[in-house]
Amino acid sequence: MNTAVLSADGAAADAQQQSEGVWHAAWRRFSADKVGLTSLVIVAGFIVLIALAALGLVAKDWQTEVGVPNAPPTFIGPKPAQETSAIEVPKGPNVDLSDIDPLAPRYKEWDERAKQFQTTETVKAETLPFGGDRLGRDVLAKAVKGTEISVFVGVMAALCATVIGVLLGAFGGFFGGKVGDLLEWVYNVFESIPNILLIFAFAAVVGRGMESVVIILALTGWTGMYRQVRAEFIKHSSREYVRSAEAIGASRMSRMFKHILPNVSHVVLVRMSLLTVGFIKAEVILSYLGLGVRVDQVSWGTMLAEAQSELILGHWWQLAAATLFMAVFVTAFSLMADALRDALDPKLRGLE
Amino acid sequence: MAAYLIRRLWQMIPTLAGVVLLVFFLFKYFGGDPAEVLGGLNASPEQIKAIRQTLGLDEPVWYQLWIFVKQIVTFDWGKSWATNESVSNLFATRLPATLTVMVPILVLDVLLALPIAMWVAYRRGSLTDRAIMVVTTVALSISFLVYVIIGQYVFGFQLGWFPVQGWSDSLWKNLLVYAPLPVLLAVVVGLAPQTRLYRSFFLDELGQDYVRTARAKGMTEGVVLFRHVLRNAMIPILTNIGLQLPGIFVGSFLIEVFFSIPGLGREVLLAVNRSDFPVIQAVTIYLAVLTMVINLLTDIAYKLVDPRVVLK
Repeated sequence: MNTAVLSADGAAADAQQQSEGVWHAAWRRFSADKVGLTSLVIVAGFIVLIALAALGLVAKDWQTEVGVPNAPPTFIGPKPAQETSAIEVPKGPNVDLSDIDPLAPRYKEWDERAKQFQTTETVKAETLPFGGDRLGRDVLAKAVKGTEISVFVGVMAALCATVIGVLLGAFGGFFGGKVGDLLEWVYNVFESIPNILLIFAFAAVVGRGMESVVIILALTGWTGMYRQVRAEFIKHSSREYVRSAEAIGASRMSRMFKHILPNVSHVVLVRMSLLTVGFIKAEVILSYLGLGVRVDQVSWGTMLAEAQSELILGHWWQLAAATLFMAVFVTAFSLMADALRDALDPKLRGLE
Repeated sequence: MAAYLIRRLWQMIPTLAGVVLLVFFLFKYFGGDPAEVLGGLNASPEQIKAIRQTLGLDEPVWYQLWIFVKQIVTFDWGKSWATNESVSNLFATRLPATLTVMVPILVLDVLLALPIAMWVAYRRGSLTDRAIMVVTTVALSISFLVYVIIGQYVFGFQLGWFPVQGWSDSLWKNLLVYAPLPVLLAVVVGLAPQTRLYRSFFLDELGQDYVRTARAKGMTEGVVLFRHVLRNAMIPILTNIGLQLPGIFVGSFLIEVFFSIPGLGREVLLAVNRSDFPVIQAVTIYLAVLTMVINLLTDIAYKLVDPRVVLK
């Protein structure tokens, strides 16, 4: 009887002593961080918005010109009617020119053909909730669509750069020797060219468009990830758990990607979230310089490029909308990345 | 020292060779046919053929690479494809404008960020520290572009303190009339990240034992901060400045494009838009060389700042 109770207690104690996993512990630390949680909620909200925009549920027709050119936001009210001094329409019948007008015989035919087409009068709104751009497109819809493109470019580029960096870093760190030297050489070559020039050199040959921006940013931005993953792999490859995996016959690939990679994945995740912020900002600059997304696409960068000339005329709303969306998203994302780093890598806390 | 220098210079060669190969093959295999870029849309097949012959495009790849290396070593890149201006002349005429803007930016950036960062780090955890950290986090999240757009509008257009943009031939007029607005905006925008970075360097040092020892000896805070902490924090700070130095030669592309400053950065961007390959290739390779040299000089500067550093 007594022994049974004792053993039950012992089992409970065992269960308690079992150390919690790294992800579990990280989530415990993360959820205690109020700033991190709030920013996570904001980022999640943006992701829902982006998913809706990608599915075409919101901001699908951002290109339709729903308002008058440069329509002001609703809370300001419509533009004051401008004095128009139109020339007075002449009274009396028109002079009949049909005997000398060479086109006169065909007027009737053209009238008939014109009747085959229906024309509808569209009423263009005087004001729009967030204002309109110079073509009368809704700025709010543009900002939502721009968010989709800008964030997509940032995340995709970060993902590609991560894949390149992790693969090269894993091979360089795990194998060392000739392979390691070769990869270090490639790294040194990429590092010795100033980043912006490297981006320009790639932009000169790759061309324009959303996919090109992703490719350019990924091919030029993988070096930091490579460096860190390589250092981690060097550290881990001589650890006991990897050696015991080798002893039971785990292949090299299995040791690299099944054993070591999960143990360094937190480092990768933190670095990737930092990369995303950097790439989103880079896309804005590239689009402004005309090396970014195409003309028929909209991103925060193209909105800011248009805003420059609009501001001089007093139309500040496009600038405000793009800035607001960008500021909220990037602040939330960087705070989330900081909280993530603190949660996953407590050693680094407070250093920055 | 001499042995160190020679070894470092020797180590540069493989990296440099890599840069040359990267640039050469990048443009050779992904950059489209130079003859078609040069010939334009209306070029006849004979013209294209003639261009190919003058550029040596019919030669084998290794020979083209040899031409490329010869161009690098002799500084003779021929003429820009777009403007027919010789590439070396293009560099010589655009660089002064870039330096006029970038040197003041770099100097002011360091001179302002250092004291602020030191002060913030010294008062770590106080309300000021946290307020500044929050402000810099939010400030950093907005694109550089927004500050420049608003800054130009407010100071140049609305208040009229500075010309909106422009450039002249006289250095003094440029420095005193046209450069201040771009410099001001770039410094203000650059201050937040610089301060954050330098703050972390100072924090590292402030936590060290020697600081406690110095205080225990009864040294004034001023001596502790400036004689001990500042000197020890100089190494990461120097590294950081060294990293920024190559940038002043190409300038801030955005600033130059935005304010229509006829500098090197704007020229490179124009070259990218016009597929003017010689200009891009030349800038990329020489900047890479410059970066390596500056890295070496930074390492030597460590020795001057910290006598404990041994150059091996």
